[in-house]
Amino acid sequence: MTKQHANWSPYDNNGGSCVAIAGSDYCVIAADTRMSTGYNILTRDYSKISHLAEKCVMASSGFQADVKALQKVLSARHLTYQHQHNKQMSCPAMAQLLSNTLYYKRFFPYYSFNVLGGLDSEGKGCVFTYDAVGSYERVGYSSQGSGSTLIMPFLDNQLKSPSPLLLPAQDAVTPLSEAEAVDLVKTVFASATERDIYTGDKVEIVILNSTGIHREFMELRKD
Amino acid sequence: MKLDTSGLESFPSLILHGNDVAGEISAPPSFDLPNSNDFDGFLKEAIQMVKPAKGTTTLAFIFKEGVMVAADSRASMGGYISSQSVKKIIEINPYMLGTMAGGAADCQFWHRNLGIKCRLHELANKRRISVTGASKLLANILYSYRGMGLSVGTMIAGWDETGPGLYYVDSEGGRLKGTRFSVGSGSPYAYGVLDSGYKYDMSIEEASELARRAIYHATFRDGASGGVASVYYVGPTGWKKLSGDDVGELHYHYNPVTPSTTVEQEMVDAAAA
Repeated sequence: MTKQHANWSPYDNNGGSCVAIAGSDYCVIAADTRMSTGYNILTRDYSKISHLAEKCVMASSGFQADVKALQKVLSARHLTYQHQHNKQMSCPAMAQLLSNTLYYKRFFPYYSFNVLGGLDSEGKGCVFTYDAVGSYERVGYSSQGSGSTLIMPFLDNQLKSPSPLLLPAQDAVTPLSEAEAVDLVKTVFASATERDIYTGDKVEIVILNSTGIHREFMELRKD
Repeated sequence: MKLDTSGLESFPSLILHGNDVAGEISAPPSFDLPNSNDFDGFLKEAIQMVKPAKGTTTLAFIFKEGVMVAADSRASMGGYISSQSVKKIIEINPYMLGTMAGGAADCQFWHRNLGIKCRLHELANKRRISVTGASKLLANILYSYRGMGLSVGTMIAGWDETGPGLYYVDSEGGRLKGTRFSVGSGSPYAYGVLDSGYKYDMSIEEASELARRAIYHATFRDGASGGVASVYYVGPTGWKKLSGDDVGELHYHYNPVTPSTTVEQEMVDAAAA
């Protein structure tokens, strides 16, 4: 007699792709704006990007209800930090906070695949990539979400940065200029949209650099 | 179901604000549990979703001069390589290292927690914690979560008052003291090279070369291992990273392509039409 299993799952996958690229003095974070469930599109205009701190931006794909809850928890923790320390959280500090927040729900995970991008305390671009339960590493570029298996090999080909584990150490940030990186991101999303049904509609691109934060949109195929 | 969360309580219980909202956010952490009748089944499905990285090769051995620790850097999620640059050798403190095999998040989180506990021990007892003690702390925490789906296969290597120390600790609650260990899907291959080349009386250079070779051979034969072979040495003054080499390059270092190597067929440009 096989056991009766629950037909209801607390999770759903709303699809979408996210990308982040770190430069010598900038960071580009991008995500598409399509939100789907199964074969249906819920909306073409949903932002997966959250501005957590002055120099720290997070893009998350997966189950958007969990993503929204996660964004709220992180914002609240950041506000507490600002009250206690009288300064903004740095990107590496936020990276550790996100990892711990994800791991505290190790037995009932946030179904959220995140990339965190921003500027470190030296003003250099930094990108942190996560799995759903909080394991993370600092990298030069990353993609997560339904289109990540399509996007990642292309980024590896264009940007393959030397591993931070090599000895003698080599810098992980890409030699590309900010304009070239934004152009690369647009190309990558256009390609992913062609072959991934969950990616499309629009791509929201956020650029963080010494002058501040800058946002732009690009139209993608809507089919 | 009451979980043992003592492993998470490394924060002082004195919280300075009386405000409930802030207190709630900064309260000692506890694990959220789903309201499910079938907790095991729910966990099984959650684990499938999370798909922790398991493919790996790590090794550590004690020799005359101290402890040598080495690992690859590949993380795989099913058949997809999610990263080629994962740090699998975790620096717990300046004289102790931990290796990562199994769930990446589990290893990262609990090793960091172990580092915090070791530091608290130092502050409370005015002396460094022994490798025996540190490995026991970790093993006890993992034992209390036994059956909950944590996946950790780690080696704690360090140098304390009694000399070099090496322990294997896993998420089933196992803890073994030993002189030679290899953990992960590539471990059979690493053992082959390691066991056949091992001598207690090796110099640091010989030992690091043995460790590097063992990792290289494991990455060659095991699809789930690859990336960068890192080698660390733990001596009386603490640990030091000796090398980090891309295994693709190591392949040509160990198997050089010489011009005199005969080829079966040589490609010649086609004659112009």
